[in-house]
Amino acid sequence: MSFRGYEAVIGIEVHVQLKTASKMFCADATEFEAGDNENTSPVSVGMPGTLPVVNKKAIEFSIKTGLALGCEIRKKSVFARKNYFYPDLPKGYQISQFDLPLCENGKISFKVDGVEKTISITRAHMEEDAGKSNHSGEYTLINLNRAGMPLLEIVSGPDMRTPAEAAEYGRTIRQIVRYLDVCDGNLEEGSMRCDCNVSVMKEGSTKFGTKVEIKNINSFRFVEKAVEFEIDRQIDLVERGEKILQETRLWDPDKNKTFSMRTKEDAQDYRYFPDPDLLPVTVTDAMIAKFRSELPELPLARAKRFVSAHGLPEYDALVLTSEKELADFYEATTKVCNNHKASSNWIMTELLRELNQANKEISQSPITPEMLGRLIGFIDEGKISGKIAKAVFAEMWVSGKDPDTVIKEKNLVQISDAGAVEKIIDEVLAANAQQVADYRGGRTKLFGFFVGAVMKASKGQANPDVVNKVLLEKLKG
Amino acid sequence: MDLTHASMVEIAQAVRSKKVSAKEVANHYKHRIEKLDKQLNSFITVNDQAETEAAKIDEKIARGEDPGPLAGVPFGVKDMFCTRGLKTTAASRILGGFVPPYDATVVARLKQAGIVVMGKLNLDEFAMGSSNETSAFGAVKNPWNLDCVPGGSSGGSAAAQAARLVAGTVGTDTGGSIRQPASFCGIVGVKPTYGRVSRYGIVAYASSLDQAGPMVSTVQDAALTLELISGRDERDSTTAEKKVPAFSKDLSTNVKGMKIGVLKEYMAGGLHPDVEKTVQKAMENLKSMGAELVEVSAPLTEHAVPIYYLIATSEASSNLARYDGVRFGHRADFGNLSAVELDQFYSRSRGEGFGDEVKRRIMLGTYCLSSGYYDAYYSKACQVRRLIRDQFDDVFKKCDVVLSPVSTHPAFKTGERISDPLAMYLNDIYTVSTNLAGLPGMSVPFGLSKERLPIGVQLTAGHYEEQKMLNVAAALEAVSPVKGEKPHVI
Repeated sequence: MSFRGYEAVIGIEVHVQLKTASKMFCADATEFEAGDNENTSPVSVGMPGTLPVVNKKAIEFSIKTGLALGCEIRKKSVFARKNYFYPDLPKGYQISQFDLPLCENGKISFKVDGVEKTISITRAHMEEDAGKSNHSGEYTLINLNRAGMPLLEIVSGPDMRTPAEAAEYGRTIRQIVRYLDVCDGNLEEGSMRCDCNVSVMKEGSTKFGTKVEIKNINSFRFVEKAVEFEIDRQIDLVERGEKILQETRLWDPDKNKTFSMRTKEDAQDYRYFPDPDLLPVTVTDAMIAKFRSELPELPLARAKRFVSAHGLPEYDALVLTSEKELADFYEATTKVCNNHKASSNWIMTELLRELNQANKEISQSPITPEMLGRLIGFIDEGKISGKIAKAVFAEMWVSGKDPDTVIKEKNLVQISDAGAVEKIIDEVLAANAQQVADYRGGRTKLFGFFVGAVMKASKGQANPDVVNKVLLEKLKG
Repeated sequence: MDLTHASMVEIAQAVRSKKVSAKEVANHYKHRIEKLDKQLNSFITVNDQAETEAAKIDEKIARGEDPGPLAGVPFGVKDMFCTRGLKTTAASRILGGFVPPYDATVVARLKQAGIVVMGKLNLDEFAMGSSNETSAFGAVKNPWNLDCVPGGSSGGSAAAQAARLVAGTVGTDTGGSIRQPASFCGIVGVKPTYGRVSRYGIVAYASSLDQAGPMVSTVQDAALTLELISGRDERDSTTAEKKVPAFSKDLSTNVKGMKIGVLKEYMAGGLHPDVEKTVQKAMENLKSMGAELVEVSAPLTEHAVPIYYLIATSEASSNLARYDGVRFGHRADFGNLSAVELDQFYSRSRGEGFGDEVKRRIMLGTYCLSSGYYDAYYSKACQVRRLIRDQFDDVFKKCDVVLSPVSTHPAFKTGERISDPLAMYLNDIYTVSTNLAGLPGMSVPFGLSKERLPIGVQLTAGHYEEQKMLNVAAALEAVSPVKGEKPHVI
């Protein structure tokens, strides 16, 4: 895509915080709400003589993510120390992976504006998080609850060309790790963090421009905006004949702009070397086979199946597969009623609307797939009309009762018996003798009036098909 | 009972059979420390709770509970081991008044076995030194001659043990820090196979080389202590899953048919005549006891000292980064912190906290790991290390145990070498290869110089073959020409 005759090159590093019960290298708890420095121990505080021990669950989660990203899993990957001084880095080094990461050479696909894009994954490596510094004017307070939290850093190739692609890449990574249930994907709480590398070059060029890193953007909407701003800023600089500094910038969501944090001159020499306290991480074929067999169907594959096997429109399929729980909900619903399109419609319009209004997750829905499936089944069987079904749905949402109960309690069963309908029609016709005469005299437009009157008299419960049929015959006279 | 000269095993037996109470033993040694350590400076911290803790062992015995195989044995712990509730310094100002909330695994296992911790023993700062002169708490004196160094870095352990201020000690050995001071002070010191003993809770110097081991008076005591501290520790990933042999029960002085390797490169010259004589005498004795002497060779050991100093300082530069004045330990006094730049905070706190030798090694290691130098120094050193290990694997295909000197010379005078770091580093010439190759090694007393300074011989075995090495040591101990010799301080 062209931006004023320039092309943008975007690569993204995503830090995914793995949803393990304990930290990467010690037994400290990982829950978010703990009080300051509560989730710490001699190991995470970096006290003398303490040693790291690898969390096996973190390795499992990392391998699963690597597999879902189509990566090769290294049989012997190595933890390395990244040395630098900072008050919230207790040991004076971060345990990470350097030249021998766990996962390499993967790729993921997703749709942007209906077009499928494939982005390469250069590597994904395990590391521990640092603590948090809270600067407040005269002093800085350090909270080490986050120190040692398990992270998987996923590095893309420089394959994205537009802000929309960058944001969609991020969303896809989030979707995948949530499908795998290895990360809660919460950007605001910091359990997922995005750094974007952006450069620009003249259209048609193959030589990348100087890249600028934008750090810690906490929503995908901001990823899109930050990248967009940065592309513009860089093109302006080039157009003015100025040099682009290799630097790290931060996104200011209030001012809608990026600003410089540090330049390359401040770049540190991290003096990486293999951590002698840890053995290489050994991964066997059996482990890989086991973890692969445990992988869920991934979002894009699932969406494609919903299109091909269920006949859903692509749009529906993409919305339904955006969250694993939502796709699971849809599949469970359609399994009950065996009506794919109706299941999709009900979920996408009624259910999602209610959930949005109530600010609830699909897992918190008072209506279960079983309940919704039965409701759709009742429509298909002709037991209730679509219109009544909406009333039943509303009651189910409020009360959490199943559709059978709601229909019974409110006496909402559709009247499909021709005799019963005929009785109501007879009453309506008797009460509107003038209109009957007009109809029979040629004003056939009045048919709608009679249908409405009958439906009203039946409190909406008369089966419209039966009403139409019987009414036509009756009016013939 | 002669409590002062009894072995650990004898003291434990006496305590267990109620011939003497643990409290009496602790009291006896406490008085020895009070009386003699002013001359030696082997203690940094004396545990004022020792007698109370000993009394608890007596209570346990009174209740009929098993007090452990080392019941009531008064122990000294090198101040590199963290001790719960007892100040731990690594002989550095940087740790300030750090009191660990945990025991090192070695200490926890020994406490479980019934020892009474009498206190924390002096050492070279962060175990960086070969003379115990770099301690922030002053140099340690050799009990055989107060003008001489006790060796290092576990100089306090060696001196306290030789002077019998304790009945047993544990030290750490990164490049010879157990064996060389054991030799200089005439005691038995064992560095186990890397991976045999947990490093958890031991202040790290060079993680891939550090191992803890006993520094005691007899081979039997060494075997028993080693047995008790060895074995897999879930808190140290580098400990081996290997089963721990019953070293003390299986100890034997029978060396008939054993192949004793004599490493050509270690006998090549430059040896002090008394050291050479001592090793020759050990060779003759082993031969007469039925062992077979074979000449072996590991030519790459020539490069061991520089390789060691590249790897050890690289790891140390990273291991010591945590001493930054932020969470514990020494912080420079800035008065109002709000005006202090972060760089200044670090450089002053660390500048004040670390001694010269530690700073020298941090700088060396930082340089080795820097981009542009990594390949030429750290990476190359690791490759050569691998080759040294391979050469030793070949050596141990030809023999069971290698016999060699520990050091080129007996203890030297305090102050004689401290201003010449390179001469000091060469002290480690016969000991560092053992650490680089991850092998077990030990020093056993076998001679005295003309000046009545102890000389040990070094025994080295293949990986996890400590038993062979201990057996040869036991055989040598049985015929040792210096048996019963005592330092003049006693």
